[in-house]
Amino acid sequence: MSTHAYNIRKASRRARRSSRNPVRLPHLDIELTERCDNNCIHCSINRPPQDAQARARELTASEWKGILSQAADLQALTVRFTGGEPLLRDDFEDIYLHARRLGLRVVLFTNARNLTERRADLLARHPPLEPVEVSVYGMRPATYEAVSRVRGSFREFWNGIRRLQTRRIPFIVKGALLPQNVADQDRFETWARTLPRMRRPPASLVLFSLRERRDSPARNARIRALRPAPEAVIACLERHADDNRRSLREFCSRFPSPPSRALFPCGAGCTPSVDAYGKLQPCLSLRDPSWVYDVRAVPIREALARLAPRLRRKTAMRSSYRSRCARCFIRGLCEQCPARSWSEHGTLDTPVRYYCHVAHAQARWLGLLPPGEKAWNVHQPKTRIQRMQSEILHAQPHPSRRRLQTV
Amino acid sequence: MRNLILLDAVYKPSDDIVARTIEGELIIVPLVAGIGDMEDDLFTLNASGNDIWRRLDGKTTVRRIIQDLAKEYAATPDAMTRDVIGLLRELLKRRMLVETRVP
Ligand code: SF4
Ligand code: SF4
Repeated sequence: MSTHAYNIRKASRRARRSSRNPVRLPHLDIELTERCDNNCIHCSINRPPQDAQARARELTASEWKGILSQAADLQALTVRFTGGEPLLRDDFEDIYLHARRLGLRVVLFTNARNLTERRADLLARHPPLEPVEVSVYGMRPATYEAVSRVRGSFREFWNGIRRLQTRRIPFIVKGALLPQNVADQDRFETWARTLPRMRRPPASLVLFSLRERRDSPARNARIRALRPAPEAVIACLERHADDNRRSLREFCSRFPSPPSRALFPCGAGCTPSVDAYGKLQPCLSLRDPSWVYDVRAVPIREALARLAPRLRRKTAMRSSYRSRCARCFIRGLCEQCPARSWSEHGTLDTPVRYYCHVAHAQARWLGLLPPGEKAWNVHQPKTRIQRMQSEILHAQPHPSRRRLQTV
Repeated sequence: MRNLILLDAVYKPSDDIVARTIEGELIIVPLVAGIGDMEDDLFTLNASGNDIWRRLDGKTTVRRIIQDLAKEYAATPDAMTRDVIGLLRELLKRRMLVETRVP
């Protein structure tokens, strides 16, 4: 050891993935409850706040603490508390503090309505170590409440925001773009620019998912009616055309080859989630009962060990998938995945037409496809991606080139 | 907090942080506000800092830590004293350590 051989430095904030550890859990999502004090028109999950049946089935605080302890033992560094509205649980503070005492960072997804003085104090005293993520459904009572369908919800949401601001608790905001609040979009983005943690325009949910439990055709019909047409999605991208084009092109160029028939090349299983009733799912969205494990009966380590080989082996059988998605070089742009396929069609490998249309519209917007051409018919996708990459290079000088120009 | 670090003092990790080993790396996770410059900083130590940290167990004196490490690293006591005291100062400044027994 030499002088100043010691070194204290900030640790990387990225979730770690072990190559040695066969059961890996860098991050765990938990849905503390499906109940919510809002009743948003586009929401696929919420149940009424006082739903006694749902409440009775929810995991208890001590069960959640056991799950968090297991996650920490499996070396998780981050947990996400989502819902429903996680702050609806009376025992939120207990569960949150347990997570923090285990040395977990907590990503809290909330509508902020239940961010009371006491809870805001708790977050100030024991910071979550990740910005709180607040969903914003409108910038005025009329627009917000047209989405949330609860009178007085805007005022409570705004009080929650004020409490975060007064205590300087880091938070970011995100929206959901709906006909009911589209008129507020400029105001939302202007306000978001004033928030210290918002370095780019807020993300807005646009492609609403159907109900993943597949138990409410009425709700699905309502959500379908709210989905914007592909042209409207492009109009959203046009709001920040340069930024969006650049980031989508960069994202797309990371997937230069079509995927194979493997159904789960994604992170499913590496970042699993536990629902309000103790069912471990491969990811937050995949609720197909044949892929979930009851963590009241099976330890998480064992559930993950059982899940991993199944996920690796699972391939698409359906011919529509094999002739399209398995050969599609714009998969990176597309929301199609086994979970979406399950919520829409009840199988893991049926292409979802809506997402397919939106992805093709985006690819045309990026110059990756001419009108009328289908992505799965492109024989040399790499050439297209390379052409797009060279356009990126010409459009934006590489940092080193930029430096040379200024010398 | 005293600025002076005595060789017979004993230190242990503070209750304001949680020290975890993740993938072999020591990660110091703040539990209360005001430990990092930003409210969401995590910290780590390099291998030699880690060797010092492991000995801050609420029982071993600073003098003993220096002696042990000087032997292990074949370093002079003076150089080792500078290293150990330097890290202790840094950790105390960030409220990651507490003194448990003052001689
Ligand atoms: S606040 Fe979130 S969980 Fe609650 S109803 Fe709205 S979208 Fe659903
Ligand atoms: S764009 Fe169409 S073919 Fe390609 S992945 Fe999406 S659904 Fe499948």
